[in-house]
Amino acid sequence: MSRKVITLAEIRDGSLRNVSFEAIAAAKTIAQGGEVVAVLLGESAQSYANELIYYGADRVVTVENEKLNHYTSDGYGQALMAVIDSEKPEGIVFGHTALGKDLAPKLATKLNSGLVSDVVAVEEAGGNLVFTRPIYSGKAFEKKIVTDGVIFVTVRPNNIPVLERDEARSGNVTNLSANIKDLRTIVKEVVRKTAEGVDLSEAKVIVAGGRGVKSADGFKPLQELAEVLGGAVGASRGACDAGYCDYSLQIGQTGKVVTPDLYIACGISGAIQHLAGMSNSKVIVAINKDSEANIFKVADYGIVGDLFEVVPLLTEEFKKLKVRS
Amino acid sequence: MNIFVLMKRTFDTEEKIVIANGKVNEDGAEFIINPYDEYAIEEAIQVRDKHGGEITVITVGNEDAEKELRTALAMGCDKAVLINVEDDVEEQDQYTTAKIIAEYLKDKQPDLILAGNVAIDGGSGQVGPRVAELLGISYVTTITKLDIDGGKVTIVRDVEGDEEIIEASLPLLVTAQQGLNEPRYPSLPGIMKAKKKPLEELELDDLDLEEDDVEAKTKTIEVFLPPKKEAGKILQGELADQVKELVTLLRTEAKVV
Ligand SMILES: Cc1cc2nc3c(=O)[nH]c(=O)nc-3n(C[C@H](O)[C@H](O)[C@H](O)COP(=O)(O)OP(=O)(O)OC[C@H]3O[C@@H](n4cnc5c(N)ncnc54)[C@H](O)[C@@H]3O)c2cc1C
Ligand SMILES: Cc1cc2nc3c(=O)[nH]c(=O)nc-3n(C[C@H](O)[C@H](O)[C@H](O)COP(=O)(O)OP(=O)(O)OC[C@H]3O[C@@H](n4cnc5c(N)ncnc54)[C@H](O)[C@@H]3O)c2cc1C
Repeated sequence: MSRKVITLAEIRDGSLRNVSFEAIAAAKTIAQGGEVVAVLLGESAQSYANELIYYGADRVVTVENEKLNHYTSDGYGQALMAVIDSEKPEGIVFGHTALGKDLAPKLATKLNSGLVSDVVAVEEAGGNLVFTRPIYSGKAFEKKIVTDGVIFVTVRPNNIPVLERDEARSGNVTNLSANIKDLRTIVKEVVRKTAEGVDLSEAKVIVAGGRGVKSADGFKPLQELAEVLGGAVGASRGACDAGYCDYSLQIGQTGKVVTPDLYIACGISGAIQHLAGMSNSKVIVAINKDSEANIFKVADYGIVGDLFEVVPLLTEEFKKLKVRS
Repeated sequence: MNIFVLMKRTFDTEEKIVIANGKVNEDGAEFIINPYDEYAIEEAIQVRDKHGGEITVITVGNEDAEKELRTALAMGCDKAVLINVEDDVEEQDQYTTAKIIAEYLKDKQPDLILAGNVAIDGGSGQVGPRVAELLGISYVTTITKLDIDGGKVTIVRDVEGDEEIIEASLPLLVTAQQGLNEPRYPSLPGIMKAKKKPLEELELDDLDLEEDDVEAKTKTIEVFLPPKKEAGKILQGELADQVKELVTLLRTEAKVV
């Protein structure tokens, strides 16, 4: 059965988020040959539209309105309802991002529909669309189907492979004018805490430090390693609580959930709340001086030792590798 | 102020997970108040102590949740409501839970509703926004600061590590993020008082709901454990050699660099 599916794309720091391309890929599977329409909101939406088509969207609908330059559930809710009224989709895909988590349950409720959140895989099996998602802080998984209404899903960043970018693809880009009124919540100010550059939740390599890093300065060797690998630096709550780094780096249940290709945990004990945010990483390396630390239970490779010796050596090795290749 | 807290009794995910008959086995497992709901409870108490009013803590579940409701009362909530669905509902999803809670709240004229931003077991983060939408009130998720001044509410919201300063008004639903406060432990006198505080138990009937009205809109068809990871390789030998070996393994075996 083919379906029409829409997906909401997100812009961050002037570019489309990778998860938006992943959402298009998920939408393709859900559509089963039907049309995939990407939606972009905000005044400069048009300028990003082609990129969404290169990544597989059949069409793009924009709602260009200054009230949509910053996300609010009211504003985005109204704009998307206008798109939904005109497109009548049978499926809607969001990233499982701050925005998607906030907005998808509202719209699913408005449309009397089921929503499967934090999806890591989509497949068609026996005539059903089956969504896999982690439960119990990542210790188990469930497979779910939507049994009523529009199929709503949010996809966890870095899990669904994107379609190949193809500049030969083309599609219509249209603007829908929507009357946005009554914003009941107003964003007065945004305080930027995260660093520009690689977004943690989308990074391919993460070097993370815990309380074992011992000070803010202790993060320096980790930064150097991350730099050589083109990755980002993350942290456990232990390190954030101790004031060694900002909370914007926190990985885990309360912080960011990440699924990089390579996660290097340095001086992190491996509490369940931390594992909830990173245990699905493709390859995990643990560096800890305590051979009994829980982190070794999820690690693919472990070095028992002092991170202040190991991390600089690793950086040197990777540097040599870079020179050679 | 008329304050409500949505509280979920959750499986303590620090426990080992065992699957039996296609479900996570809960026999003998440890249950706790969802940690994010503890922040919601604490914030509710601080708001009430400052602005006056009454806090009702609500849970949808079965009679086992009485224990966690008593704990919330011991922390300082004034009343508890247990909506017991055990006999009426077989399949339940976030829509079911939200619909039941909203049906209970719709004639209660809440000023402020606090929930957790996510339950550590189910992990969807849907229930808060769904309840707000069903009630037609606005909501702000993952908040780390809440200030109420008359009808004006100023909020700090965590957005993937950045902060938004938001202005909103009552009635309002918010969901709590770590950093909002430090939840208190129930005191001994608190625990004694809690025994006498009202705990009302309701069923779907009492809310004029039929099982059909709350029928789940999603269905779980399988629950499974992640493929057992082979025990990781703990490297041996001189540190410098271990590091060399690790780099080689990451290149040739894991192929991630
Ligand atoms: C509701 C709730 C939510 C939470 N959310 C999160 C979350 O999102 N993310 C999170 O991370 N935590 C979270 N936590 C906290 C979590 O329970 C742990 O307290 C935290 O992860 C511990 O951080 P840590 O591993 O850095 O510190 P510790 O547990 O103190 O571990 C430090 C480790 O460093 C090692 N070490 C010390 N020195 C060295 C050295 N020189 N070289 C190598 N190793 C060394 C030690 O052996 C030890 O294993 C949450 C807790 C609660 C209750
Ligand atoms: C009898 C019974 C049968 C169930 N059957 C199924 C099933 O077949 N399939 C399935 O997938 N799940 C089932 N569940 C689980 C249930 O549907 C979900 O756990 C629930 O809807 C909450 O979703 P969540 O865990 O994703 O919470 P989230 O949406 O992540 O929770 C966010 C916040 O909402 C509030 N909240 C959530 N749940 C409750 C609650 N119950 N009471 C009060 N406040 C709450 C809390 O403040 C919480 O912090 C069943 C539960 C019960 C009690």
